[in-house]
Amino acid sequence: MSKTYPSQERPALDGVNLEVAKGEFVFLVGLSGSGKSTFLRLVLKEENPTSGKIYVAGKDLSKLSGWKVPELRRQVGTVFQDFRLLPNKTIFENVAFTLHVLGYSQKEINREVPEVLELVGLEGYGDRRPSQLSGGEQQRVAIARAFVSHPAILIADEPTGNLDPTMSVGIMKLLDRINRTGTTVVMATHDSGIVDQMRKRVIELEGGLVVRDQVRGVYGYSG
Amino acid sequence: MRARFVLSEVGIGLRRNLTMTFAVIVTVATSLSLLGFGLLSNAQVGVMKDYWYDKIEVSIYLCGDLSETPSCSAGKITIPQKNQIEQDLKAIPVVQNVYYESQADAFKRFQERFKDSAIAQNVTPDQLPESFRVKLKDPTQFAVIQSAFSGRPGVDVVQDQRAILEKFFRLLNVLRNGALFIGLISVLTAALLISNTIRIAAFNRRRETGVMKLVGASSFSIQLPFLLESIFSAIFGWTVALGLLSGFKVLVDQRVAPLLTFTRFFGWDAVWIASLQLLGVGLLVASLASLITLRRFVKV
Repeated sequence: MSKTYPSQERPALDGVNLEVAKGEFVFLVGLSGSGKSTFLRLVLKEENPTSGKIYVAGKDLSKLSGWKVPELRRQVGTVFQDFRLLPNKTIFENVAFTLHVLGYSQKEINREVPEVLELVGLEGYGDRRPSQLSGGEQQRVAIARAFVSHPAILIADEPTGNLDPTMSVGIMKLLDRINRTGTTVVMATHDSGIVDQMRKRVIELEGGLVVRDQVRGVYGYSG
Repeated sequence: MRARFVLSEVGIGLRRNLTMTFAVIVTVATSLSLLGFGLLSNAQVGVMKDYWYDKIEVSIYLCGDLSETPSCSAGKITIPQKNQIEQDLKAIPVVQNVYYESQADAFKRFQERFKDSAIAQNVTPDQLPESFRVKLKDPTQFAVIQSAFSGRPGVDVVQDQRAILEKFFRLLNVLRNGALFIGLISVLTAALLISNTIRIAAFNRRRETGVMKLVGASSFSIQLPFLLESIFSAIFGWTVALGLLSGFKVLVDQRVAPLLTFTRFFGWDAVWIASLQLLGVGLLVASLASLITLRRFVKV
């Protein structure tokens, strides 16, 4: 599968051919501009590939019509470097937002949200605002929001990019725990320490090409 | 998405953007009121037409001793001619009724109409023409009478009172068209303001819409709060316009109608019909302006 952005000559992704199995934990590594973000955008159908096909949760994205894209995104939870929380809603409301959008009843929301807040280690934080939380805690809220509807796939784009190492470890433990529930996790990262520690599958991109796909890999050959 | 959640989001949106919400309501209220005045003036022209056309007649003036038209060259009309005209008139389908006004009747009416004027003293019955007063079922069908009787021996002039009123109504039509035009222009302005308000709201809430998109909200449910906000503003503006138009109606009834007794004025039914039309216009304009703007600025 390839992707070339309009007005660009060099493809952002060039002949990428890979498969991520259900329940896998995959690191996507590479320098800035290597194509990591493009890869994630393609999975969410925010962009369409120039050539080739993408299957997500068994569906051919090229055959997915525009109005069915939201349905795809409900099966894929997303977490970003900048958390993307709503500042004027409480933690509870931020997490509940997903369920509101998906049409859950208030009763279901009152049951699911505390459960997932407990999972991410934020029980009792429901009434606070994002600004009252540390970066690590905010990222936990973002993960709770992405996971509360139990999507089949969780995509994390540099989730530890804004966090210090101790907080990052906590986030990784949390993602690992989510992965153990059977959720496929795809995480793009720069953080070599984390990749080396986790020993999961590593896919390295360079200039839009897959230069390495290693089971139980480390960040770079040099260590 | 549940209705309560959507409504609470709408409430937050309206409150957060309070000055813009206020601006939209005021603009919608004034533009719908202006358009409403246009619609009411249209109704008023209709009422006046009904009222006046109901009263006007076609007069067929008959030849007298003083008549000078070619059809009167034989002098005063004869009795058989007169009877023939009356018979023919009654045979025409558009004629509702016919009555004959003798020179004595015409004199009496003349005296009544000009009783305060010196001219009344200088006129004698034989100076006034006798005539047939013809009431038509449809006042616009004057041409039928005109072609049948104009130039006929014994007939002096066929006169349509409607021709005099037409000039007056032409003036009223110009005024009405002006009012409708101004109303439509201001409704267009309101549409542009709604569109801009949504652009600003969409920009202010790009975080929320981004998150909604992220968690898989359909484009309809992302756009719905924006749409509902402009529709609520439009309905609020419409109720203000309805109040203004009702106030205008009360003013006309209490202050204007007692002074201008020569005509009737539009009734409350005209106000209700106009407000329903305005509600339709308001909803249509608000929805269209919103949907077009949303398509451009809240992409999913």
